[in-house]
Amino acid sequence: MTDSKKGQIEVVDLTMAYGQTVIQHDLSFTINRGDIFVIMGGSGCGKSTLLKHMLGLITPVRGDILYGGASFFQSDEHEQGAMRQRWGITYQSGGLFSAMTLAENITLPLELYTSYTAAEISDIVAYKLALVGLAGYQSYYPSEISGGMQKRAALARAIALDPEILFFDEPSAGLDPISSRLLDELILQIKESMGATVVIVTHELPSIFAIANNSVYLDNVSKTMIAYGNPAQLRDFDEEPVVRQFLTRSAAADIKDTP
Amino acid sequence: MNSLQPEYKLAPDAMDTSTLSFSGDWVQGKNTASFSILQSELRSSRPSHLTIDGSSLGAWDSIFMAFLLRCHDYCHTQGIALQNQNMPAGVDKLLAVATAVQPYRPTAQDPPSWWSTLNPRHLLRTVTLDIRESLSFTGEVTIALSRLVRGKANTRFSDFWNFCFQAGPNAFAIITLTSVLVGMILGYLGAVQLKQFGAEVYVANLVVIGMLREMGVLMTAIVMAGRTGAAYAAQLGTMQTNEEIDAITTMGISPIEFLVLPRMLALIIIMPLLTIYADILGILGGGIVAGSLGVSPIQYIVQGEAALSFIDIVVGLLKALVFAILIAIAGCRAGINSGRSSAAVGQAATNAVVTALIYLIVADATINIIFQQLSI
Repeated sequence: MTDSKKGQIEVVDLTMAYGQTVIQHDLSFTINRGDIFVIMGGSGCGKSTLLKHMLGLITPVRGDILYGGASFFQSDEHEQGAMRQRWGITYQSGGLFSAMTLAENITLPLELYTSYTAAEISDIVAYKLALVGLAGYQSYYPSEISGGMQKRAALARAIALDPEILFFDEPSAGLDPISSRLLDELILQIKESMGATVVIVTHELPSIFAIANNSVYLDNVSKTMIAYGNPAQLRDFDEEPVVRQFLTRSAAADIKDTP
Repeated sequence: MNSLQPEYKLAPDAMDTSTLSFSGDWVQGKNTASFSILQSELRSSRPSHLTIDGSSLGAWDSIFMAFLLRCHDYCHTQGIALQNQNMPAGVDKLLAVATAVQPYRPTAQDPPSWWSTLNPRHLLRTVTLDIRESLSFTGEVTIALSRLVRGKANTRFSDFWNFCFQAGPNAFAIITLTSVLVGMILGYLGAVQLKQFGAEVYVANLVVIGMLREMGVLMTAIVMAGRTGAAYAAQLGTMQTNEEIDAITTMGISPIEFLVLPRMLALIIIMPLLTIYADILGILGGGIVAGSLGVSPIQYIVQGEAALSFIDIVVGLLKALVFAILIAIAGCRAGINSGRSSAAVGQAATNAVVTALIYLIVADATINIIFQQLSI
């Protein structure tokens, strides 16, 4: 891997399908290092499916995804494992292991992939929890804390290994506006200080404009991407009325065909 | 890059101020210092003001931040004023984020140790609670049943056939295997004894009565407890985790009527049928053994028919009915009372099977004693 491509993601000519049903076809875009990249689109357009492809959980029908210039799907299991270690992921419903305490949840990746001693790991766990505002909650189980806290705890686990790329699936779904804004700020802070690339699936407009600098819009009807770029610019200048409509949260009739 | 050994130096400046300066690369894989050593140094030098200097700090990652946060927390609790200088911008920012919220000090006490659960008073309390809870659940089910009979219950019958199918036809293979083998075991057991008197032909009596009254229904019940009871507990436990049961309750529907009754009725219908099936196969299995001992099939059938009495079949079916209710109650109760985590759902499934087995054995013994007293 060349250093200049570190943290860069390239989606090349990707077609996703479940059996005969094509979800999205011919997606090509690049996410640069340090970007906060948003995958947006209406409900059911395949946002989460695209994320699952990027995470290597589903193999694409056609096309490829390159991490730092190296193909994920053509790499062997060992290389894929090495790539995955550089990712931090939070899932839509948290994905915390419910049978483990918060500390154990964060300890697990550290124990598996680092050479730290138990005392160092416990210090790092305390630090990661403090970063997400959950200092002192080490011995709590996910079911004993609120939904917003679970999201933050999941973020603490995602950043346990100081990842190069952070993936979020609907991070602020189910959060109140204040918590959701705090989470956005937290993502921004952590991203800035760690220099990570962030990929977010969301349709929360405030959060899109607050943090994203690049995005792709997946269309439900034509089953492909119809907009790619900075969301604030797409809102004002994009050629597709549906994209402007989405980003301004307006009804179809309010949008003229040309910007 | 020339990597340097991570080090720190604590040096007193003036009377009660000290400077803590970091140098080298504080990253994973380097032998970074442990905070406990610094803590003891700070304890002995007791500065009232500490300046942390990062001017010669090389690369850093989470291990440095963890160290710094420990340092920060320690100074905070000891009332040492802290000031950072020449830190990389990222460090300052991350530290600000990490210290923005006061650490939470949980007041929770330690969980009770395993030994304390053996305390007789504790045991007694657990057992009484358990019995009370299972009685109240049984009561709720009875009320729901009476509402069902009066046609007032919100029971969903579209699921009912599905449950019947899962509990019945899907269980044929395992019931076939167990009952044929149990029939053969009964046959061998009797044959060894009866051979001493040259009365091998009475194997038929033993197998027929044994299967009809006892083994057919008991083996079916054990299989159903493991298969269906545990499945019910896992289904309802997962529904509890997904807040589905809350949703049902807030729609004004009783979860007992909606979820428990169809499952229980399915078992009540299926268990007697499976028992008859198991009885027939068990008698067949006994026949195979008898055949290997020189009893001809005709002899076996004639002798078995003579031993067959209507009352044995009724006793077996009555037991099947009772066992079905007990398995459904054990499974559904464990599921409905399950906690909301994957571990709790697993625990619920275990509880369902264990409770069902206890119920089965106790109920079987009780029924046998009663019938013995009544000479049925």
